[in-house]
This record gives sequence, structure tokens and C-alpha cells, in this order.
Amino acid sequence: MLGFIIQRFLQAVGVMAVMSVIVFCGVYAIGNPIDIVIPPEATQEIRAEAIRRLGLDRPLYEQYFIFMGNLLQGDLGRSFVYNIPVLELIGGRLPATLELVLISVITATILGVTLGVYAGYRPDSWLSKTIMAVSVLGFSVPSFWVGLILILTFAVNLGWLPAGGRGETLDIWGVAWSFPTLNGLSHIVLPAINLALFKLAMMIRLARAGTREIMLTDTIKFARAAGLSEGTILRRHLLKLISIPIITVFGLELGSTLAFAVVTETIFSWPGVGKLIIDSIGVLDRPVMVAYLILVAFLFVTINFVIDLVFALIDPRVRKGATA
Amino acid sequence: MSQPSTPLRRFWAEFRENRVAVVALIIVVVMILLAIFAPLVSPQNPYDLANLSLMDSRRPPGFVGSGGYTHLLGTDPQGRDLLSAIFYGLRISIQIGLAAGFVSLTIGSALGILAAYIGGRVEVLIMRLVDLQLSFPAILLALVIVALLGQGQAQLIGALVAAQYAYFARTAYGAAKAERGKDYIEAAVATPLSSLLVVLRHLLPNCTPPLIVVATVQIANSISLEATLSFLGLGLPVTEPSLGMLISNGFPYMMSGRYWISVYPGVALIILIVAINIVGDQVRDQFNPRLRR
Amino acid sequence: MTDPVLSVQNLRTHFFTRAGVVKAVDDVSFDLAPGEIMGLVGESGSGKTVTGFSLLGLVDEPGRIVEGSIRLQGTELTTLSDAELRKRRGREISMIFQDPIATLNPMLTIGQQMRLAIDAHERLSKRAAEARSAQLLEQVGIPSASARLRAYPHEFSGGMRQRVAIAIALLHRPAVIVADEPTTALDVSIQAQILFQMRDLAAETGTALIWISHDLAVVSSLASKLAVMYAGRIVEQGPTATLLRDPRHPYTAGLIASLPAMTAPGTPLTQIPGTTPSLLSLPPGCPFAPRCEFATKACMAEPEMQTAGGRGWRCFHPVGHTAEALT
Repeated sequence: MLGFIIQRFLQAVGVMAVMSVIVFCGVYAIGNPIDIVIPPEATQEIRAEAIRRLGLDRPLYEQYFIFMGNLLQGDLGRSFVYNIPVLELIGGRLPATLELVLISVITATILGVTLGVYAGYRPDSWLSKTIMAVSVLGFSVPSFWVGLILILTFAVNLGWLPAGGRGETLDIWGVAWSFPTLNGLSHIVLPAINLALFKLAMMIRLARAGTREIMLTDTIKFARAAGLSEGTILRRHLLKLISIPIITVFGLELGSTLAFAVVTETIFSWPGVGKLIIDSIGVLDRPVMVAYLILVAFLFVTINFVIDLVFALIDPRVRKGATA
Repeated sequence: MSQPSTPLRRFWAEFRENRVAVVALIIVVVMILLAIFAPLVSPQNPYDLANLSLMDSRRPPGFVGSGGYTHLLGTDPQGRDLLSAIFYGLRISIQIGLAAGFVSLTIGSALGILAAYIGGRVEVLIMRLVDLQLSFPAILLALVIVALLGQGQAQLIGALVAAQYAYFARTAYGAAKAERGKDYIEAAVATPLSSLLVVLRHLLPNCTPPLIVVATVQIANSISLEATLSFLGLGLPVTEPSLGMLISNGFPYMMSGRYWISVYPGVALIILIVAINIVGDQVRDQFNPRLRR
Repeated sequence: MTDPVLSVQNLRTHFFTRAGVVKAVDDVSFDLAPGEIMGLVGESGSGKTVTGFSLLGLVDEPGRIVEGSIRLQGTELTTLSDAELRKRRGREISMIFQDPIATLNPMLTIGQQMRLAIDAHERLSKRAAEARSAQLLEQVGIPSASARLRAYPHEFSGGMRQRVAIAIALLHRPAVIVADEPTTALDVSIQAQILFQMRDLAAETGTALIWISHDLAVVSSLASKLAVMYAGRIVEQGPTATLLRDPRHPYTAGLIASLPAMTAPGTPLTQIPGTTPSLLSLPPGCPFAPRCEFATKACMAEPEMQTAGGRGWRCFHPVGHTAEALT
């Protein structure tokens, strides 16, 4: 068990190292690094000084170590636009994104697994067919379009919910959150639905496919032959058996939802990192772009590592160190 | 019941049983035709500035403009006839989707088959890279690449390809790897047949069915991704708007109730994507022997 | 003779597929006395497993029992509601399967799985449930049973897993157990162990066994009575010794002739010519006729079950006899 954790941790560190090389190459080798760290309006002297200070006249591998050295000290430069350290800027925006992403993914998973298991358990009922039709839509329809329709329907035409912003926030441990206030909650609803819809469709499909497959196995037949009720079979056998693919996808989706939040945050003017990165791309605020990339890579690796740990906790085959 | 003989006919006979899929296929074909013949079927050339009049801008559906004809779906902020703009936008969206789809298909399947055929370190290297990329959301990758390379049609296709080739590589690799292990391939490798011939004659045909399925889905995804990027302002220049750009242009007017500028291009986009996906789903089900009863 | 614990009359289970109606079980009848072991023998696709599932009311879509009666300890099962049927599964009739790796849930401990099977029919305290589980594990030959309750299936060998499955099937001392090739996936040495242990357990607990197998040699060493299935029908049934010595149906005769023990060493094994027909396109009349050396025009009609002297066969030309001489 401990060996497994150490192994996975080393793997995570390895992936992170590879990612840093890729980001480094992408930004420093392909783009012009001077443009990335120095505002375009800087004078010749400042440019020359910066090139020397940053070691841009040195070989590429040395530059990489300088880049990594700064990175490990948490120094990712300053935003051209806001003129504050990038890390601070992103850190200030992160809670809004995390709030939105977590609410969406958790809702989508709970609802998606429920609907998917039902659709897989009774594949021929009209309700299942409806669920699947909706999930095809959720899969196919681009999320920005869903966002527009949500705004048009619920904000513009019906006027029930606000079309953008975070609304009232409440400070907990010095961080502003929307969900504890009623007004804030009303602001979350539409963006959360928007962000959750694709994940919901995905979870439904996954849970349905898993359920259909598992219901045909001898494990279920044997449980039925022992007289277990269908409810017990679904709760104790099926849910346990589909939990592994569901948790894997939950983790992966958590990461990709962070990325998808870019679209939702833009539509609903949600002041998170996604909106920040789109604004930064628009004004070529490159240090923010670099920092965002590294942050996302870091979150990805961390999530995958945590998922591996969760696996180790729930799957006896992994926990007890079997190879099968 | 007589069984049709050729595999293609049998495939079509089974496909025909799903009415929804047939309707979807017809829609896809019609939309492709509309895109190809956009200049012939559009009431107006929306790129020709001489045709546009600001007097006509943001008019609701059914408005009779200065051109003397009815704008069935209204006009956009530049005074373009929305129906014409949609036909032309469809053209650009489909073009980009197909281009990105086929380039990804070529690069991805080449890499996947190569990895499966050569094996060893090359295999590990290619597939590790592919897997790493697959765990990364496509939209983010595309976003970064557009941000790094700048805007334009080639850059956009490049970004879409970079975001999608990995799916093809994974699929081709899986199919080719399964086939590579079989005895007859080993036998073919042992004979003096050139390696290229082995790949072309034996590996490629076996990868084709799953690749067709992935290609259908990925073309739809390309179109959707392009629309998303355009909506975020990272797509093509405004002068030649794709469907995504049309939607984006109309977004600010939505709040004031001028819904049609965004909604109609959006409806066209959705119909196209959903139709392609339904066709893709049916094809996948037909290729998947496990779902047969 | 005592009342049968299980009586099946004219059972028909059909599958309504897109390609047509598959008559997987077509007019099957037999009786089972308490504690009796019956072997149900046939090739794969002959309908023996579907027969087993029909008895428990576990036929999957698109199949269903279309006709016939199944009486278990005097209760008609085919007209029971799902809930009533569930109450009898595991308590009065249970089933074990071929592949022990696939039957147990890899994510639950042995103890948890046994607990679920107990809870399905009884309210027991945790301690009582554990005691019962451990006792049964011991009975089926699993050493240090109470400690093993906390183990997961992957920590057991294939044979041990099958013993666990048998223990679960025995938890409520059912009147009948359907065993669907439970030893086929195991090593030969373990096969024999489990085989004889099952026989002893059945004798001890008074449980009747239906042992489904494609292997006549395995079944005949165990069962006191045999039913031979072909294309969804029982073509011959009777006491094991009688059937082996004097088969009436040419198919039974063929099966016996192809047993390795019936062949002199060094000579090739005898085979039944031809292959099992598809259940979708059965020949008219006797389904075995196309492979049968005795087939005549009469076989274009379907033979009814002939019974005499505690045995039955479904053939116009019983081996070594004329039909008239036997009735």
C-alpha cells in the first residue's frame, strides 16, 4: 500500500517535470520569451537588462533551470495589465472557479449516476429513452450555446435568475464565496447548470454502459439466485462495481471542467480564472497565460494522484497489493 | 428475407432500419449541399460590402430590406441577411471541420499504426505522449495553441488538429495492436513483403471501421470546437464569419431582445452537430458486435 | 414413492429475438425426489442452462417461460409474483455457476457477500450471521473459516472460490440446488474433490441436486438419474445405470460411445457425426434425425416421449429394439 502511494507520487512528480519542459518549450522556445516577460513598451536598456537578468543569452538547458528555480520559489512574474504578481492574481480568482466547478461536477455525478443506472437497468422504458435522448443533446450541443439559451430563457425572457456575475458573497477564512448567500446562490444556478450539462451527459452514458454490462454478469445472476432483492443488488453490488470507472471519470472531468469553465465564465461574466485567461489572451498578458498553464497542469497531476489514492482505498485488489 | 450480398449493402440495410439515423443522414447531406452551393442559394452575398446597408441592420425576421427582398431570418448588426450569412457560415464551419478532421485522421492514424507496428521505444514514446494529451482537455490545448500561434485559418486548423489527433492515434493503435499480435501478420512480416505493404494490406484495413466512427464524431467535435473558439473571440477574422462567429456577434444584442442574430445561426450549428453525432452513433453501434442481439 | 420436491411439466422457454423465436427449452418434463441427484446432460446450446434459469425464474430478456408448470415443494412457481419468487430463491432453490471468478463480487469481502445472502431471507445479529457463515465455509472445506470471512475473492484460488459460492448457495439449506457446470473451470484434481463433496453435502442436508454438465463421465459418477437434452428437448431420461447400460435414444448411445472409457486404448474416439442444429432453424420432426443413422421417413414427424419401466425416450427407432416391442 505504502509502496503503491510512493510509486504514484513519484509518477506524479515525473509527469509534472515533463509538463514543465513542455510549457517551457512552448513558451520560451516557440514564442519570444522577451515578449512574455517584458511589456512591449519597455525601453532598449530595460530589454537588455532583462535579457541579462533572465539569462536569455545562455544555453537553453541553463535557461530551463532558471525557469524552474523561479517556478519552485513561486515566482511566475508580474501581470502586464494588473501589475501584481501573477500568482496572487490567479490565487484571488481561483476560489470563484473552484466553487463553480465543484458544484457542477458533484451535481452532475450524483444526478448522472442515478439517471444512468436507471437507464441501464431498464433500457427499454420510455423514461430511459428520454434520458438517453437528452444526454445525446448534452453531448452534442456546444456548451456556449446552451449558456446562451439559458440566459435568453431564464434571465431575459422569464427574468427569474441573474445573467451574470457572482452576486453577494460571504467571506469564509478570508475568501469570498457565493454559495452561502441566497443572492449568490441564484447567481451560481445558471452557470452551474451550463457547466454541469456536458458532464451530466457523460456520467449518464458511463453509468448506463457500466450498468448494462454488469447486470449481465454472473455476479448479478448469482446474487439474484441467492434471493437478494433488486434494490439490494443495485445498492450493494452494482454501485460498488461501477464506482471504479465513475471515480476515474470524476477525476478526469474535474480537471477538464476547470478548463471548460473558460467558456462558461466568459458567457456568465463569472470572475474566475477562466475569464481571466480569456481576457489575458485578448491583451497578450503572457505571464498570466504561462502561470495558468502551469496551474492547470499542477491541478491535473494532483487530481490524478488523489484519484489513485482513492482507488487504493476502495478497490481491495489494489489495496492488498494484488497484481490482477 | 433475402440477405443483400455485399458488406456495404448489408451495412446500409441495417442502417436503414434506424429511421432517426436516416433522417440525420439526410440532414447532414442537405447541409453539406447548402454549404457547397451557398453562393447559388443565398439571397445575398454577405461578404460583398456593396450589398450591405447599415439601414438594414438588426432587423427582425420577415423584414423587407433595401434590397427589395424579405429577410426570412432577419439581419445581423452589419445589415447582412442572416439566412445568407448562415449558408456562408455553414460553409466555413464545415470546411474547417472536415480539414481538421482529415488532417487529424491522417497524422493520428499514422502515429498509432506506426507505434503498433514498430513497437519498442517508439511505441512507448508515442503512446505516452498521446495518453498524456488525452488526459488534457481539447479545448484548453486549442486555446493555448491559438494564443501562441495567433489567429488565422491555418492556425485554427493546426490548433484543432493538435487537440484531436490523439483520439485517432489511440484508436488506430488499439486496432492495429490487436491485429499485429495475430499469427498471420507475424507470417507476413517474416516474408519478404515490404513493411509498407504489410501495413497497407493488413493493418490499415483492420483499423478502418473504428477510425470511421472516431472520424465522424471528431468532425462534429471540430465544428463545435471551432464555434466555441470563435465565440471566445479566438477563431477566424470577423470578415468571414463562421457559425460560431455569427453567434458571438449576436450575443450582445440578446439582452435587448434581438434574439434572432444569435439564435438562428445557433440552431443551424446544433442541427448539424446533432445530426452528425446521430449518424456516428448508429455507425458505431453497427460496428460493435457486442451490442448485437 | 415420496412426493417429488420439484416437478417440471411441459416447460417451454422461448427467446423472442430479432432474428426469430429461439425455442431454447421446448417441452421439458421431469421429477426430482428429495435428496436426489439428477444429471442434466447435453451439448452447449442444448438448453440445459436455460432450463436451470427457468427453474429459478431468472430468464433474461428477450426470453420468457411461455408454457408449462414448475412445482417446488407443492407451490406452482410460474404463476408467482416476482417478489414471491425472490423469497424462494436462495431459501428453497438456489444455483451455482460455472466460473467462480465471475460469480463473486471482487469489491466485497466473503463475509459481506454471505451476509447479503443471509439478510435476503432472515434477520440475524451480526454475530449470529458470522457464526452461520463460518460454519458453512468450514462445511465446504475452507480452513480457518472465521478469519477468511474478512478476505476478498481475489485472495482465494479458483477451487476455493467455488467452495465459497457453494457455501452461499447452502446458507438457507434449500430443497434444490441447480449446479451449472460448477467444476468445468477448475483443475481436474479439484474437480473430483468438489464433486464428491457436493454429493456428501447433498446427502447430509437432504438437498436435491440438478447437476448440469456437457460431460457424461462426470455426471454419471455422481447422479442417480440422468436426463439427456438435445435442441431444447429431453430426448431420454431414466436411472443412470440403466441408461448407460441400455441407451434407447441414438443420441444417448452416441454420447456413451464417445466416452474415452468406452474406447479401447490406441483407437480413435467415436464421434457423433454432424453438428448441433441452430435453434433458429430446426429441421422439421425429430431434431436429431439429420445426424442419426437410424432415421427414416417416420422421423419427419416429431416423436413423443415414450415411457416404460421408470424411464423415457423420444424416438421412433430406439436402439436395439423396435418401437412396438417396448410399448
